[in-house]
This record gives sequence, structure tokens and C-alpha cells, in this order.
Amino acid sequence: MLIRVQELSKSFRKLEVLKNVSVSFEANQCVAIIGPNGSGKTTFIKSVLGMVIPDSGEIIVSDKNIKNNFHYREAIGYMPQIGRYPENTTMGQLFSMIKDIRKHNGVSLDEELIESFHLPALYNKRMRTLSGGTRQKVSAALSFLFNPEILILDEPTAGLDPLSAEILKDKIQQERKKNKLILITSHIMNDLDELSSHVMYMLEGNLMFFKTMEELKAETGEERLGKAMAKLMKQQTN
Amino acid sequence: MKLVKYIFFDLVRSRFVFFYFLLLLLFTGTFILLQDDVSKVQLSLLNIIILVVPLVSVIFATIHWYNSAEFIEVLLAQPVSRKRIFISEFVALSLAVGGAFILATGIPLLIFYPDAVSLLLMVGGFFLTIIFIALAFWSAVFTRDKAKGIGLSLVLWLYFSLIYDGLVLMLMFNFSDYPIDKIVVVLLSLNPVDVSRVMVLMKMEMSAMLGYSGAVFTDFLGSSVGLIYSIVLLIIWSIVPFFWALRKFSKKDL
Repeated sequence: MLIRVQELSKSFRKLEVLKNVSVSFEANQCVAIIGPNGSGKTTFIKSVLGMVIPDSGEIIVSDKNIKNNFHYREAIGYMPQIGRYPENTTMGQLFSMIKDIRKHNGVSLDEELIESFHLPALYNKRMRTLSGGTRQKVSAALSFLFNPEILILDEPTAGLDPLSAEILKDKIQQERKKNKLILITSHIMNDLDELSSHVMYMLEGNLMFFKTMEELKAETGEERLGKAMAKLMKQQTN
Repeated sequence: MKLVKYIFFDLVRSRFVFFYFLLLLLFTGTFILLQDDVSKVQLSLLNIIILVVPLVSVIFATIHWYNSAEFIEVLLAQPVSRKRIFISEFVALSLAVGGAFILATGIPLLIFYPDAVSLLLMVGGFFLTIIFIALAFWSAVFTRDKAKGIGLSLVLWLYFSLIYDGLVLMLMFNFSDYPIDKIVVVLLSLNPVDVSRVMVLMKMEMSAMLGYSGAVFTDFLGSSVGLIYSIVLLIIWSIVPFFWALRKFSKKDL
């Protein structure tokens, strides 16, 4: 088991953002984390990354409890929703900086995305001068760079042009075949439908269900993930 | 400390640090060229330094911290400890902003007037840079909202640079019939801006400029013990807000 989350709870002041969430993820899964805004998706991801410190509960990543530990993040590649980088640093320097601080002894670097996004042509450009979409490509390339076992992608295709989004989706599928675990949050159901093997649905801080795509589609009798989710949400409100 | 290197080079190339460097160089240059009395130059510079250096340091560091929020998240997703990120940001900022000060003010001053006062001016200015960067980190870590954080930093600067002296003066005025010398020394120690000013003025032997509190300070400690005492105070003033902010940052939700 790559990630095991046990009875995770978190409140910000009086607002309960995560309520007793327990779930486990294994290799060769691509999990779509779905839920309306404010349902606790981002807090969940940030807890796994150690950016949010839980009130109670445990998170185990590759058999290591992540509490007061940072080495476990060697196994993780993270692509943030909004990537902002030091403004006067060039793209080339940014890549060498991250390579420099992330010791990657023995791990071969995966520079495929850097190439397919044609980033080397922009290596001399300062990060301040780049468009949001280009920075998004940089974030994506960085998250795949160290060949991590676990990929956490927060709205990966949101700011990308259609061509780049396709490149990224191909890459995600390719990585999953290499026995990796991929967590994706997105509001674009079509993308998730193509990519994911499992669906984790969150609502108001609760984990409503964690199912395989097949189970979900069979239960609802729908072919498309978007329709299936809509049907489930309707049932819940009734 | 590879991280320091990259953050430092990013800062050095920012327009803000460059303009700060030019501004300080302008002040230093005009004072050195227009006045021929050593102590007048040093006194004018002292007055500028204790006002401008803390202001620029505290504002720039606060803005830098908030602007780096998303990048700090990227760094935190790497196998790097929070402590290392925090310390690297602090050291890089201190080197960039403090370096601009030393290059634009400290070095020219030491070239034209190589004496103890010039050295103390440089040391005092550098300490003020570090202290106000630490205070900036403190206010940025304790407030999530950027506008509030910058506001808090400005209030800290106003308090230490202007309000504090007024309060001490009022206290001395109202209680002048009582033996309040020791209290005044304590109060002075609680303000890093005052400590650096008195540290330099003590060496200049300008008792007229020391004011009542400074005179008490010199009388009470003598100038050599006073110097050591001031340096120790400035070190404490750099360390306390820094570690307080670091502790908060280590447990903060980002």
C-alpha cells in the first residue's frame, strides 16, 4: 500500500474541513478526487504533502508515518494548481535549482515532458515573463522529473491549451502503466473519465465513497463519469 | 545551503534591491561630497540609516514572503524540511538587502572615513536589516492575509522608529522627579533602533545628540561595556523574532 490515511480530521477554527477520512491507495491506481468547491479535496492533498498538519489521524506513505518527517516526499511529485516561481530566475535556473536541492541519487531523471512541451527553447526566459499556461507546463514537468512513485496533480489541465493537455494526459496514462499511483483533482469530468481507475468522492469533509470506475458505472448504469456523478449527487440530495 | 544561493541570486536581480542600492548610494555620495566635517557626515547618515534601513527591510521582506508563498509550497512538496526553507529565505534576504546596504553605504564610508564610528554605523545598519527582516517574517507568518501582514509590518516600523521614542519621552517628562534612570536604560534596550543609534553616538562622543536616555545609557554602562551590551542586545533582537517565527512556521497550515 502506497498511501494509507486513517481517521484523518482537520478543522480551521470552527470549520470542520475533514471529518474522519480513512482511505488507502495502491500502486497502479489513478484516483480521481471529486467533490464540490470547499469539500476538502485540497486540504486532503495538502495533508498528504505535509503542508496541512492534521488535528488527528495518521497518514502513512510508503510505510512511513509522515508526522515530523520530510524524507517521504522523495516518493512524491506534486503539481500545484497555481505555480508561481522566483520572478527573476530563468526557467533553466529553476530546473537546475530543483534538481540541485532534491537529491536524486541513482534515480534517472524523466525529462520527457520538458522535451514534449518544448521548454528548453525558453530556458533563458525569466519566470516573471512567462504566461500562466507556460508556468503550468513547468509545474507539470517538475512533478514528473524525478520519476516519483506517487504523483499528486491538482487541476493539471486547467490552464493548458488543448494540445498540451493531451500531451500531459498521455504522459499520465503512460506513468500509470509503470505501476505508479496517481491522484488527480479536477472539475473536468471528461479528463477524469479517460484517465482514472478509481473515484474518491468528497462532500463537506466526508469521504462519501471510494470505488473503481467500473463499480461506479455499473451501479448507476451510466456510461460516462459525468453522468454517473450527476446521478449520484441527485440521489444524495433527495 | 544551495537554496540560499538560488534565492539570493533571484533577489539580487530584482529591481527593488537595485533601487534600494542606488538610493543608499545617492545619500552616502551626497553627504560625503557636500559636507567636509566627518562627524556631520556620519551623523546625517546615522539619521537616514535608522529610518530608511528598517523601513525598506521590513516592507521588502514582508512582500517577498507573501509573493513566495506558492513557490514555498513547491519547495515544501520536495523532500526538504520547513526549517531549511525558512532559514534559507532569511539568510538569502539578509545577504541581498544587507549586502546592498554594505556596498552602498558601509564600504564608501569606510573608504572615506576609516574609523570606529563608520564601522559601527555599518554594523548597526546591518543588524537593523536582519532584525527588521526577522520582524517581517514574524508578521507574515502570523497573518494569512497579505494586506494585514504588510500593515502589521508598517505598524512595527512606526512603533520602533517613531512612537516608542515619544512614549519614553512622555514617561521621562512626567516622572522626572523620580529616579528613573534604570528604567530608561531598560526601555532603551527594548527598542533595537534606539540601541543601534546609541551604540553609534556613544562612540562619536556627541553627548548633545544622545538625548537624555542615551546619556543615561552611557553614564550607566560606560562606553566600552555599553558597546558590548548593545551588540549583545542587537543579537538577541535578531534571534528572538526569528526563532519565534520559525516555530510558528514549522507548525503552520499552508
